[in-house]
Amino acid sequence: MKANRAPVRLLVCAAALLWLVPFAWMAVAALRPQVAGALDAASLLPTGPFTLANFAEAWRSGRFPVWYLNTVFVCGGILAIQCVTVSLAGYAFARLRFPGSNWVFTAFLLQLLLPPVVLIVPNLEMITRLGLYDSLGGIMAPYCASAFGVFLMRQTFRSIPRDFEDAAQVDGATRLQAIRHVLLPLAAPGLAAFAIVSVTAHWNEFLWPLMVVSSPRNQVLTVGLASFTASAESGADWGLMAAGTMLVAGPLLLGFLAFQRRFVSSLVFTGLK
Amino acid sequence: MPFDQGGLQDVCRAVRQRRSPAWAVAAALLAPSAVFLAAFTYWPILSATLRALTEQRFGQAPSWGLGNFTRLFADDRFATAVGNSALYALGTIGPSLLLALAFALALRESGRLNALLRTMLVLPLLIPLVAAAALFTFILLPGGGLLDWHLAKLGIGASNWLGSPDTALGAIIAITIWKNTGYYMLFFLAGLAGIPEEYHEAAKLDGAGPFTRLRRITLPLLGPTLGFVFIIALLNALTQVDHVVTMTRGGPSDSTNMILYYIYQQSEQNMDHGLAAAATVVSVAGLLALAMLALRTLERGIHYES
Repeated sequence: MKANRAPVRLLVCAAALLWLVPFAWMAVAALRPQVAGALDAASLLPTGPFTLANFAEAWRSGRFPVWYLNTVFVCGGILAIQCVTVSLAGYAFARLRFPGSNWVFTAFLLQLLLPPVVLIVPNLEMITRLGLYDSLGGIMAPYCASAFGVFLMRQTFRSIPRDFEDAAQVDGATRLQAIRHVLLPLAAPGLAAFAIVSVTAHWNEFLWPLMVVSSPRNQVLTVGLASFTASAESGADWGLMAAGTMLVAGPLLLGFLAFQRRFVSSLVFTGLK
Repeated sequence: MPFDQGGLQDVCRAVRQRRSPAWAVAAALLAPSAVFLAAFTYWPILSATLRALTEQRFGQAPSWGLGNFTRLFADDRFATAVGNSALYALGTIGPSLLLALAFALALRESGRLNALLRTMLVLPLLIPLVAAAALFTFILLPGGGLLDWHLAKLGIGASNWLGSPDTALGAIIAITIWKNTGYYMLFFLAGLAGIPEEYHEAAKLDGAGPFTRLRRITLPLLGPTLGFVFIIALLNALTQVDHVVTMTRGGPSDSTNMILYYIYQQSEQNMDHGLAAAATVVSVAGLLALAMLALRTLERGIHYES
């Protein structure tokens, strides 16, 4: 048993290193000074000198400040509205017994199987009809309700004893006050898990924002990156492309490395409870 | 709306007072979600169906009929897209689930090295698919790209990975496997952690080897996790086409065109909304059918376990 473990470990280490190669290239290429027609663009060896010139150039040629602001606004806005919608609905499914609740719950969960991107054409029509075409609100609107979030909050609320809200209501709090001030603080871990999943999903989303937004000032990071890399690619400006990619992927990667345990438990929280 | 004007007043009163019928409170609490679900999930399904059943002919009044579906099923490019989507689903789900399971089994024990290796495998999950596409654009670049440059050192000649119809879909599949395997591994790790150690100890005492234990204990008990991960992987396979949009645009010769990209093309480029709606209806129906099938199998798996 012990004897045949070594080759397996070696194999897994090799696979993990292979998995890291694209990131390693991104870091090395982004820090390498640009030399026209360089033949060693593919080299993974971090030979100096190192420079931040690629990042400066990327920042200048892309519209990164606008893209960052829009992405942060979209992710934050979606999350803020979702927190309200999923807490209220999660509470209803966790605490209230009403006729047809199972059917309504199933109808809610349908969204899990049909993410808005599948319904991209009719959704775009809807957005246009609501006058939200080419606006950040248009990117956000389909995600304001989240079946995943409702499911998650239902599970979270169910794990909290009723006594706390009952006590608050006996003391004269309304139901909304009891949810807001008693139940939600207790459900903070569930809400945090949901926040991580939601922000990760919408930070990385591409096709829907690409279709909803047409003017440059409303573009988000992913859409900006796509046009940015297309122009870097046509100029064979690989260091520039690597730097731009790093600017887009960096914040979430850093967040993950800093709060790894939180991220992992949130990502796995789905359905396994 | 599930309630009329009088009902609405009931509901408003229900929110203010504590003693009110549960259904009214529930309706009030569900309303914010329901409005958005109605606008962006239920109504779109309905409107796509209506649009798909409406035939627009130039210079004539629109009429009802199955013309859009007839055109869709007669379109070779749609058949190609469906075939590619099936290949893409098979090619990504099988290998990435197998790899994820293997990684989870190898890295299940805690320890510094294992934690580091797990992190390395999960990282691709955190970056946007378009960012992965950007990195792989260079990796797969013919000649000077990362892959060919290193293959050349081994004496293997350059290939146009994304430019050749024979390899483009494979390259797209490889990117998706790279990106998603770590994600599925996380679920398998959580599933493995839920299997009591005593089962393995008991089997070991009975003389069961590692493979017997894997086949007889670990895999059956992982059944629910496996089914769940399969559904996620299936959804990912049908909805993640960002790299197709930025890298290949469905080409060369439609070899990477997939259902969702076909829909995107019909509506954005060809402005053929009837055809796009028909394709949407077909893909919604297919997605629901596949998910139901997987859930049914999953349920059977759970019964089997208990």
